[in-house]
Amino acid sequence: MKISTMKNLLNAKVLCCEENLEHQVYSACGSDMMSDVLAYVKDQAVLLTGLVNAQVIRTAEMMDMVCIVFVRSKQPTEEMIELARESGMVLLSTDKRMYEACGILYTNGLVGNYVKK
Amino acid sequence: MSEPLVFRYEVDGENFTSAGQASVMIKKNLRQLGIASEIIRKISIAMYEGEINMVIHANGGVATVMVCEEYVDIVLEDKGPGIKNIEQAMQEGFSTAPDSVRSLGFGAGMGLPNMKRYTDTMKIDTEVGVGTTVTMRVYLDPKAGGVNE
Repeated sequence: MKISTMKNLLNAKVLCCEENLEHQVYSACGSDMMSDVLAYVKDQAVLLTGLVNAQVIRTAEMMDMVCIVFVRSKQPTEEMIELARESGMVLLSTDKRMYEACGILYTNGLVGNYVKK
Repeated sequence: MSEPLVFRYEVDGENFTSAGQASVMIKKNLRQLGIASEIIRKISIAMYEGEINMVIHANGGVATVMVCEEYVDIVLEDKGPGIKNIEQAMQEGFSTAPDSVRSLGFGAGMGLPNMKRYTDTMKIDTEVGVGTTVTMRVYLDPKAGGVNE
């Protein structure tokens, strides 16, 4: 799925790195607990979260993720947006709740754990 | 690469927002050295969790990363309270972190287990009231060392 498709499905706003919207992503995870993201994610490209602090960006960066979706209209700080911009990470913001946002992406083909064939 | 390359970082214990900066730097440095991205990910996640631990529990410390021909060593030293019961601390879900840390997305009792998960060897030297040193090794050739699961 392209990030631009995610944006449309979630009716999301793009907060930075609009130039990377055509990037393809194959899997995602949703969590507010960063240590769980660091423990269980393998090659997942997208993080959906309701948590807002600089460690969300760093966690995604450590996992080589390319996009973060903030749910429930959470708004990252300027500092976070700057950190994301430095590594070319797309930040999206949607007013949907976590469960709904994950469900929409999942039913449209963005799975939880993509295994490279 | 005969002489090991050594990177050293002070981890600021006062500021949770800046925690992880050293891991981001290391990730960039390792990329420049042309190390495989899966290996870099293992090293930087292990170090990141360690850095967060040092900020949460030990008021900061020093992180040293040594890049050798066959492996990378990460040494995290702090002068924090020490770990009373290592066996307990290694259990997934066990945490002594305050609730304030949990609301920041950490303190789920996954730090040390994650560090072990992503490294080939991990050693903890700790003394209550004196401090803790965690030494981790990741082999650059994944076949050289077993996965620490």
